[in-house]
Amino acid sequence: MGTAVTKRGLPPRPPSLLQRLSTFVYVRPWLLLALLLGPPMIWLGVIYLGSLFALLVQSFFHLDDFTGQVVREFTLQTYADLPTASNFDIFGRTTAMAAAVTLAAAGLAFPLAYFMARYASPRAKAALYLAVVMPLWSSYLIRVYAWRLILAKEGILNWFLAQAGLSGALDAVLALPYIGGNSLSFSPLGMFLVFLYVWFPYMVLPIQAALERVPRSLLEASGDLGARPGETFRYVILPLAFPGVVAGSIFTFSLTLGDYIIPQVIGNSSFFIGMAVYSHQGTSGNIPLAAAMTMGPIVIMGIYLLIARKLGAFDAL
Amino acid sequence: MLGPSGSGKTTCLRLIAGFDQPTAGRIYLYGADVSRLPPYERDVNTVFQDYALFPHMTVGENIAYGPMIRSVPKPEREKRVEEMLELVRLPGFARRRPAQLSGGQRQRVALARALINKPGVLLLDEPLGALDLKLRQQMQIELKSIQQQVGITFIFVTHDQEEALTMSDRIAVFNHGRVEQVGAPAEIYESPATAFVAGFVGVSNLVGGEVAKAITGAPETFTIRPEKIHLRAADAAVGPDECAADGRIRDVVYLGVNTRYLVELDLGGDLTVVEQNLRTTSMDALATRGRRVRLLWHRSHNRAISHP
Repeated sequence: MGTAVTKRGLPPRPPSLLQRLSTFVYVRPWLLLALLLGPPMIWLGVIYLGSLFALLVQSFFHLDDFTGQVVREFTLQTYADLPTASNFDIFGRTTAMAAAVTLAAAGLAFPLAYFMARYASPRAKAALYLAVVMPLWSSYLIRVYAWRLILAKEGILNWFLAQAGLSGALDAVLALPYIGGNSLSFSPLGMFLVFLYVWFPYMVLPIQAALERVPRSLLEASGDLGARPGETFRYVILPLAFPGVVAGSIFTFSLTLGDYIIPQVIGNSSFFIGMAVYSHQGTSGNIPLAAAMTMGPIVIMGIYLLIARKLGAFDAL
Repeated sequence: MLGPSGSGKTTCLRLIAGFDQPTAGRIYLYGADVSRLPPYERDVNTVFQDYALFPHMTVGENIAYGPMIRSVPKPEREKRVEEMLELVRLPGFARRRPAQLSGGQRQRVALARALINKPGVLLLDEPLGALDLKLRQQMQIELKSIQQQVGITFIFVTHDQEEALTMSDRIAVFNHGRVEQVGAPAEIYESPATAFVAGFVGVSNLVGGEVAKAITGAPETFTIRPEKIHLRAADAAVGPDECAADGRIRDVVYLGVNTRYLVELDLGGDLTVVEQNLRTTSMDALATRGRRVRLLWHRSHNRAISHP
């Protein structure tokens, strides 16, 4: 008769506005879902995918060489301009650098992540987390310029090597083709070191998270069934941590592919994809060409993910 | 290995498997000292409490893991996997993933994965703990028949005394990191060596001090099983080799097959008595509450406790 049904023993609560609102939403789960998922879906769909689509569209326009104006008509001419020898150089160089950085980061990060996940005490783990993440707290630009000083001919690294009597070894390395140069700060090798430093946290954290989810009993079971530690690593730990390695490598690989600061500050000023895009859209105003070049890393990442899937990276997800 | 949680059963099992190192003492497997051998060089296999199946492998690959590590050729491996699946009654499951199996099925796969290596000893760490009662009872019988089929020594950890009595040839009762008694199930049940064993394996009445002296004439502590005590009328005659104690029924719990009575003794303390419901109905049983009774049992059922 109009009286609210209350839980027995509890004093009835007067239906406040908040309570009525809660009930209103509670009986309509789809409404809550829409309210919560709406903003991120708009963000992803409109702002993120939309701008990516705009980029794709741009790449099918072309720049009129005489007027310097973008002609907004569908054409594949911009893509036809892409396959030049210098562009192949740029794509090859960038992809090789991204692959090298990714491999080195995975090799360095795995033992650290393994230690963090399996052996470190909670305090040590927190300290290591902090050590890994702390560099991200300071400005990326400052860190890159700091590395330029560290790697310079007059820099601290050279000084250390000289003290250790290793200057000859450094000179020998710098004399190598492709990776060498005048000094570390003007060589691809130096650029590789800086990339490795800058993206390292993005590799450690996903691997650590993946290893954290491997229960100890699986490793014991493997040993129990006769597998030596190396075999346990190969057949149990690595396959189960592989999704983490792939997640980390997506970061390091794509971030290296797209970066245009580090190749400008460190290295021998040969072009990388990011720099080429930057100069096309900035200096020469050729936005269609910049857009078409940006499709390069996207295609490379797509191929990369397909290979990763073939290797079974996502089977254990 | 039977005992309450925290009594050291699993630690002991892990020492045998080689996951943990003993700080003192030695471990011998069929006469060979294996104390310092790593798990992968010991002729034992373990069925883990959480089964520890490899989630990234199929059931077949899980079972074939041991032979794969030992480089058994693939056709032979597959044949043995099929045999094992037959043994644990999961034929045709080789291609499934562990995530697609129920708890009982995972349990069987874990068993097959361990047995395929024909270990000298199989260790089972509360393997049935996660299963519901019906399934557990079914698996108890199955495990026992598998054990008799393969003829391998099973060391089985459990905290369930009924499970231990059902499945074992020999039971070691653990308490506070010590083995209190080792013996056949009947021996453990009928002649518990300590008060702990008497109390943990089944229900037992512990009688000591003045009460024991009044009943038996000696002050030694003894135990008496509830089912050995007869509930009689307050004026029943006491036979020549019988112990007697008078009291009042304080509580009655009707359990279907039998009824449990808690009798408050005039001498002080309580005795639990269990009677089969051969002729009694629940109404009869419950109506006895508050009645004065005489408890009688044969002297030979008293078990002296060495260190209570």
